[in-house]
Formats: sequence, structure tokens, C-alpha cells
Amino acid sequence: MAEAPRRRALGRFRQSSALLGVVPFFAYTTIFLLIPTLVVFIGAFLDDDNAFTLANVEALSSPAVLRALRNSVVLSAVTAFAGAVIGGILAYAVSTARASSVTKRFITSLCGVLAQFGGVALAFAFTASFGLTGLITLWLNAIGIDTGTGFWIYEWNKGLMLVYLYFQVPLMVIVFLPAVEGLRPQWREATETLGGTTWTFWRRVAGPILLPSFVGAMLLLFTNAFSAYATAKALISQGTPLLPLQIAGTMSSEVILGQENVGKAMALAMIVVVAVVMTAYVFLDRRASRWMPR
Amino acid sequence: MSGQRAALRRRQTVFRWSALVLAVAFFAAPLLGAFEFTTQGPGGIGHTAQTWRTLVDVSAVTTDYPALRQGFLASIGLAVLTPIVMLLLLVPTMTWVRLRLPGLSRTVEFICLLPLTVPAIVLVVGLTPVYAWVYYLLGSSTLWLSLAYVVLVLPYAYRSLDAGLRAIDVRTLSEAARSLGASWFTVMRRIVLPNLRSAVLSASFLSVALVLGEFTIASLFSKKNLQVAMYELGKSDAKISVAVGLVSLLFAFLVLFAMSFVGSGTAGTSPLARLRRPRADRKEPAA
Repeated sequence: MAEAPRRRALGRFRQSSALLGVVPFFAYTTIFLLIPTLVVFIGAFLDDDNAFTLANVEALSSPAVLRALRNSVVLSAVTAFAGAVIGGILAYAVSTARASSVTKRFITSLCGVLAQFGGVALAFAFTASFGLTGLITLWLNAIGIDTGTGFWIYEWNKGLMLVYLYFQVPLMVIVFLPAVEGLRPQWREATETLGGTTWTFWRRVAGPILLPSFVGAMLLLFTNAFSAYATAKALISQGTPLLPLQIAGTMSSEVILGQENVGKAMALAMIVVVAVVMTAYVFLDRRASRWMPR
Repeated sequence: MSGQRAALRRRQTVFRWSALVLAVAFFAAPLLGAFEFTTQGPGGIGHTAQTWRTLVDVSAVTTDYPALRQGFLASIGLAVLTPIVMLLLLVPTMTWVRLRLPGLSRTVEFICLLPLTVPAIVLVVGLTPVYAWVYYLLGSSTLWLSLAYVVLVLPYAYRSLDAGLRAIDVRTLSEAARSLGASWFTVMRRIVLPNLRSAVLSASFLSVALVLGEFTIASLFSKKNLQVAMYELGKSDAKISVAVGLVSLLFAFLVLFAMSFVGSGTAGTSPLARLRRPRADRKEPAA
């Protein structure tokens, strides 16, 4: 008679002892991921005496912060769009090669390097190439293009955009490659059998299938550029035209008290933007995965 | 029909090569420019291999550029520590969740992918008070940065390991081992890990690559790793720092290129892409 409750109790005990196995993981992520996130969330609404305030959030509407936010969004959107188009074409080109070919491995490895840890090295490569005595400056001058003072490379809407493309395009190749590889030759054959041209195939078959992946990848590129810090920091030494640079500024400035929590409010704004975009990405990714090879 | 097919294939080949040549030229140009810059003589006149001679001469680098040495050693230490902590944390947890707590798998996945929505710069802001405690309890060594780096690599490592775990039947394997009298530790060490070898390798390589390229957190916590040392050197001795940057890019490229032959295709280079399932037929003979 007492068997059943006992077994149930034992089961519950087993369950809770099984839970012990995941304690380290949850403890670790709580300390190094959830607490930092909460610190940002809560700190954004606290003043220096840890009392509730909306002043930090209101400080976001100051012209400097708004400009930085707008610049960041423009920079990310432009480089995401250009990177997605160029990278998409490149990904298709790579996908037509055999799966195990050296070409494909070479390009994907190259893209992996540039997409993930270009950062400072990439920015320096640019300042070196486009400097007054830089190789590319000399080449451009040789074919009659005047690069002027060469300072354009240090501006967020010129040089920085170009440098960002050097990690956006590779990221697009990496993210988009599985989608274009999922295009089955049978689909093209079926189109041809039914009398369609190459244009029909792209317009009516491949295009609609790839669209969710394409837009999803573009969103990923957006967040990637939006949260990038190293390249911008290495290239821009004057002013803080971008949101990540503004946040970093509040962390190092000891001049103005209370700036720390304004930094948290800015960080919060950043999380919000990234979270909205990533949610859209997850949604699109789920749609796109319908056509993925399993 | 077959003529049409051949024509299509020819067109594709022409398109592929022209696109790839353009792309490689686009990517190579600044790298070439950077290399040329490191060989420029004083004032941009003439060419000399002085920078590279200095860089190859280890003792000269150690004495002339102590920051570079310090950053390099710190990065090596971080690149060793981060994958170890990551594997210790993730492999047992993910296996355990799969075996005993399948209801938690969504939560674990959510937590592991969460860092994708928290940019490193934001993480730094939130980590400041946490690190005040870390320094207080553990001392202020640069190596403790690896605790934060584990969080950064979490999404990528999770994807690799998840793909690896999906390819094997953990439950059957571990039940078989358990019924033969193996302890949970033995199950992990002799059954799960050997079967996950390629997933573990690719997760570790990714962590190493990410750690070697990390700048944001180290720089804002005023710790010196390779990237920070490079950045600071860029202000005083641009040639050396550009040269170091090129070497680090080349090294990373070689690691990924080698990996593409070892692991399962492009899986290693594409953490964000949906990973192909690794071949399931590469099981280790149970030793």
C-alpha cells in the first residue's frame, strides 16, 4: 500500500539528484551572464545613490547619444545590405564548387578568419595600405584617383564602412552558404522540364526559397556590425561617433560622475535593438529551415 | 538536353572563377598593402626586411617589446584555459540534460544562445561589478578573463557540441555502459567524449580562435592580451604591430584551413550557420 507514495517520493528524489548535475552550469551562467545582464537592466534605472530614476534613460535623448545611435544604425544597415548582396553572390559562386574541393575550403577558411577575428589587425591593415605612402594609395594615384589627405579612412561613414565590409561579406558567405547549398539540382531540372528559363528558376523557385535565409542573414549581419567595437576603436581616435564607442567612453571617464549608469542605459538600448533584430532572425530562420537538407 | 547541361556547367564555372578572383583580390588588397607597409624603408622610401628580422628574433622582441611578449603569453594562457573551462562546463551538462533532464534542454539552449543578443561591449558594462569580486577573491590575473570568454564562446560551442551529440545515441550508449557496471565518470570519459571527438575539437578550435582575436573585454578591463598589446603598439611602432597583426591573421587562417580537413566540412568555420550533422560512422572502437 505504501509502495506507490514511496516510489513517487523516490522518483522525486531521483529527479532532484539529477538536477544536481546541472548546478555548475546554471551557477556559472548566472554569475557571468545573467547577473551582468541584470546589472545593465537595473543599473539603467538607478542613480548614484541607487535610487530609482529615469534620468539615465532620458539622457539617451541627448543629441550626442542620439547621433551615435543613428550613426550606428546607419553604418550597420548599409554594411549589412551591401555585405549581404556581395556575400550572397560570392556564396552562390562558392556553392557551385565541389563540396570537398580545396577552393571551397580555402574560401570558407579565409572568410572564417576575416569574419571572426579581423578586428584590430584588419583596421591596421587598412591604415597601412591607405596611408600617405601606402601601397593602395600609390596604386590609386597611379591610375589618376586622388585620395586627398587620406583622412577619409578614419571617418565612420567612409573608411569605417569599407573596413566593416571586410568582415560583413565573409560573415555573409559563412551564414548564407548552407542555404544556397540546399538548392537541389532537381529543382532546376524540374523548372527546365516545365519549360522555364534560368531567369524563371531564380525568379520563381530559388528566389522565394532563399529569401527568408537571405533576409535572416542580413539581420545577423546588422547585429554583427552594430555590436562591433574593436575595429571602430582601432580606426577612430577622434570623437565617439558610434554607440559602442560612447559606451566605452562612459566606462573610462572619471570626469563626469554618474556617467556609468548612463552607459548602462545605452547598453540597455543596444540590447533592445539587438534583441528585436535577433527575434526577427530566429523567426525567419525557422521559416528558412523548411528547405534545409536534413 | 545534355548539351544544355554542359553549357550551364561551363557558365557556372566561368562565373565561379570570376567571382572568386574578384573576391580574393578585394580581400587580399589591404593585406598586401599591409605587408608592403611592413617592408617600407624609413620615410616610405625603399624596401627593407628589418621589421620581419626583428619579429623573427625572439630575444629582440622580448627585450624591445615587453608588452608584446606579455600580451602574447597572456593570450596563449587564455587560449588554453578557455576551451578547458568551456568543455568542463558544457560537455557534462549537455550530456546530462540529454540523458536525465530532457525537459531542461530548451532552457539550456536558450541560455547558451543568449550571448548572441548581448554584445561584448554590453557584457563588459555588466561584468564590471562581477569582476570586482573575481579580482577580490582570485587575484587580478589576466587569465581570469577566460571566465568571461567562456560566455562569449558559449553559442558557438553549444552549436558544435549539440550537432555532435545529435549524431550519436547517447542514451543507448550510456545505458549499455551503465549496465556493464561503468560509473558516470567512466561513461563520460570512455564513451561520450571519444564519440564526440570531432565536435569537441571544433568547439575548442573555435574558442581558441575567438580568444586570440578578442579585444573588447580585455581592453576595457585594462588587461593586456595579444590584441590589446598590438593596439597599443600601433601608436608607437606601427610597422611591428601591423606585422604582428598579419602573422596572427595568417596563423588563424592556417588553423581554420587545417580544421576544414580534420572536422566535418565547413562546420568549424560556420558557428552561426546551421551545422551539418557530422558523419555518425566515425565512432571510436571501445578500447
